[in-house]
Amino acid sequence: MKYGVNELGYYGDFGGAYIPEMLYPNVEELRQQYLNIINDAGFRAEFDQLLKDYVGRPSPLYHAKRYSEKYGANIFFKREDLNHTGSHKINNAIGQILLAQRLGKKRIIAETGAGQHGVATATVCALMGLECIVYMGEIDMARQAPNVARMKMLGAKVVSATSGSKTLKDATNEAMRDWIANPVDTHYIIGSVVGPYPYPDMVARFQSIISLEAKRQLLEHTGKELPEYVMACVGGGSNAMGMFYHFLDNESVRLVAVEAAGKGVDSGHSAATTFLGREGVLHGSRTILMQTDDGQVVEPYSVSAGLDYPGIGPQHAHLYKINRAQYVSITDDKALQAGLLCSQLEGIIPAIETAHALAQLEKMQFKASDNVIICISGRGDKDLETYIKYFGF
Amino acid sequence: MNRLQNLFHTKKTNLLSIYYTAGYPELNTTVDIAEALEKAGADFLEIGFPYSDPVADGPTIQHSSETALQNGMTVHVLFEQLKDLRKRVNIPILLMGYVNPILQYGIEKFCKTASEVGVDGIIVPDLPMYEYEALYSKYFLDNNLSNIFLVTPQTSADRIRKIDELSNSFIYLLSSSSITGGSLNVSTNIEDYYKRIKAMELNNPAIIGFGISNNATFTKACEYASGAIVGSAFVKLLAEDNYLEKIPAFVKAIRP
Repeated sequence: MKYGVNELGYYGDFGGAYIPEMLYPNVEELRQQYLNIINDAGFRAEFDQLLKDYVGRPSPLYHAKRYSEKYGANIFFKREDLNHTGSHKINNAIGQILLAQRLGKKRIIAETGAGQHGVATATVCALMGLECIVYMGEIDMARQAPNVARMKMLGAKVVSATSGSKTLKDATNEAMRDWIANPVDTHYIIGSVVGPYPYPDMVARFQSIISLEAKRQLLEHTGKELPEYVMACVGGGSNAMGMFYHFLDNESVRLVAVEAAGKGVDSGHSAATTFLGREGVLHGSRTILMQTDDGQVVEPYSVSAGLDYPGIGPQHAHLYKINRAQYVSITDDKALQAGLLCSQLEGIIPAIETAHALAQLEKMQFKASDNVIICISGRGDKDLETYIKYFGF
Repeated sequence: MNRLQNLFHTKKTNLLSIYYTAGYPELNTTVDIAEALEKAGADFLEIGFPYSDPVADGPTIQHSSETALQNGMTVHVLFEQLKDLRKRVNIPILLMGYVNPILQYGIEKFCKTASEVGVDGIIVPDLPMYEYEALYSKYFLDNNLSNIFLVTPQTSADRIRKIDELSNSFIYLLSSSSITGGSLNVSTNIEDYYKRIKAMELNNPAIIGFGISNNATFTKACEYASGAIVGSAFVKLLAEDNYLEKIPAFVKAIRP
C-alpha cells in the first residue's frame, strides 16, 4: 500500500515507537507477531465469524434520501452505529482480544474517552472471560456516566484518571503506566490508531472492514465501487482510518477528516489538532499534536469526549502533510445542531463525535451526481444528556 | 573524557546519585539544590526537566513536574539557570526528561547548549535506540555527552549487549519494570536478574534506580551494581519546609 506503514513503523515522517524501555518487550512482542497472527487463517475465520454473528456485520450502507435531497448529492451512511455496543470501536476490540488470547495474555487494560472503546473492551473481555481494567478521565466519567455503568455491568473495573486534564490523554497515560508495571501477563487494547508502532497499523487493519464493506455495498447501490467523497470524524482517528483504508490508493476519492473545533479554533478551547498542532511525539509516536513552544502537551477541549484528544494518529498526520486527505474542523454548536438535524431528517440520533462529520456536509460543494459516504461512527444514546441540556428538551 | 566518565573511572563502588525535578518546589533553586547535594556527598546528579505527560513516572514525580511547569520551568529557563552551574558545582550532572521538549528545542541545539553549560550526559526514557543510533548519536558524541540507556528485568541479553555497545559511561538498571516511586522488592527473580547482568561482564558499569529510598535499599543495590539512584524519596523531601537545610541529613541517612 502506497500510504501504509514501512518496516520501521513510519508513515513518511510520522510513527515509530517512542516508548520507555519498560514497554519495549511488550511492544516488540506485538511487532514481531501481529502480522503472523492476524493473517493466520484460523484467526481470520474466528474474527470474521464474530464480526458477523456477534457484532452484526456487515453494517448497512444506507442511502440517506432526505440528506441527499438537502445536500444535492447521493449521501450514504455507513452504519457503524448499528454495531453491537453502538460504535465502530467493537471491530478493533474483537480483533485485539483474539490477538491477546493468542499471545497468552490474561489481563486486559484499555483507555477510553467517550466510553465507547471502554464498553467495547469490557464486552469482549466478558465474551472471552478475561479480566478487564478501563482507565477513564475523571471529567469523562462524569459526562459519559451511562457508559461507566455499562462497563461495570459488563464486569470491568473502571479506574478514574485524575492527573492533567482528566480526559482521554490522561487515561492513556494511566493505561501506559499500568502496562509498564504489568509487562508479562497484560495486553493493552489501544482504542485508536495512535500509540507506538505497531498499534496504528494494527488498529487500522481491524477497522479497515468498514471501507472493505462500503466499497462492495456502494457497487450494489450505484454500480460504482468508488465514491467521490468519503467523510469521517477524527479524534485519534480510528473510524476515519477504517473508512479511508481501502480508498487510500484510489486517488480520485476525496477523503475528508473532521476534527473538533470545540468553541472555535482560536478560542483556546479546541481539539482541532491539524490547525493548532505541530510535529512532535505523543503517546509513543511521532505525529502532529497540540503543544506549547516548550513541547508541553496542550489540554484540548471538545464537547465530544471521543474527539477531545490533543493528537492524531501518525498515519493521519502523514495523510495531512502530503495532502492525501483534507482536514477540517467543526465547532461544538454546529455539531450539536447537525446531531439534531440527522435525528429529525433521518430518524438517526448520532453520537456527538459523528455529528461533527455530519455538520461538515453544510460546507461541502457537491455535484448532483456525486456519491458521498459518511461514517456514522456511533449512536447518540450516550450523549442524550448533553443533547437534552443543549436543546432544553 | 567527561566528568561522568572520569567519575566511573576513579570510583567503582557505592556511588550515590540523586534525581530531582528542576523548578520544584520553587522555580529558582535548581543550582542551590545541586550545590547542597554536592556538599552533602552525592557523587552525581540527575536534573529532570518537566513534561506534561510523564508516562514512566509515578505520582511523586508527576506532581513535581506539574508544579514545576506551573512555576514556569521550561528547557530555556533551565539552561539559563545552569549558565553559572560550573562556578558552583563540580560533580557530574545529567539532564533527564522526555523526548518531546527536546525535539521542540531542537535536539542538536539541546546537546550543544547542555554541553556549554557543563552537563555531562542525558537520559531520555522515550528516545528509541534506533532513532538515537541513526539520527542523534552524532550530536551527543560531538558535544561529549553520554547518553544513558535503561535496562529492565525483561530486557533481552542481545539488547543489553547492544545497549552496552552504545553506552559510554553507565547503564541505568531498573530494579523492576515499574514507574518511578515504587519500592525495591529484592525477590529471587530480581537477584537472578542482577546476577545475570553481572555475569555478562559488560563494558559499562551499572547503576540501579527505581525503588531506592533508604540505606537498606541503597546497600542492597550496591551489592549488585556500582551504585544507586534515589529519585522520588528525595523529591518528597523537597516538599518539606527548609528543604535545603535537610539535604545533608537525607544523604547521610542513605549512605552514612
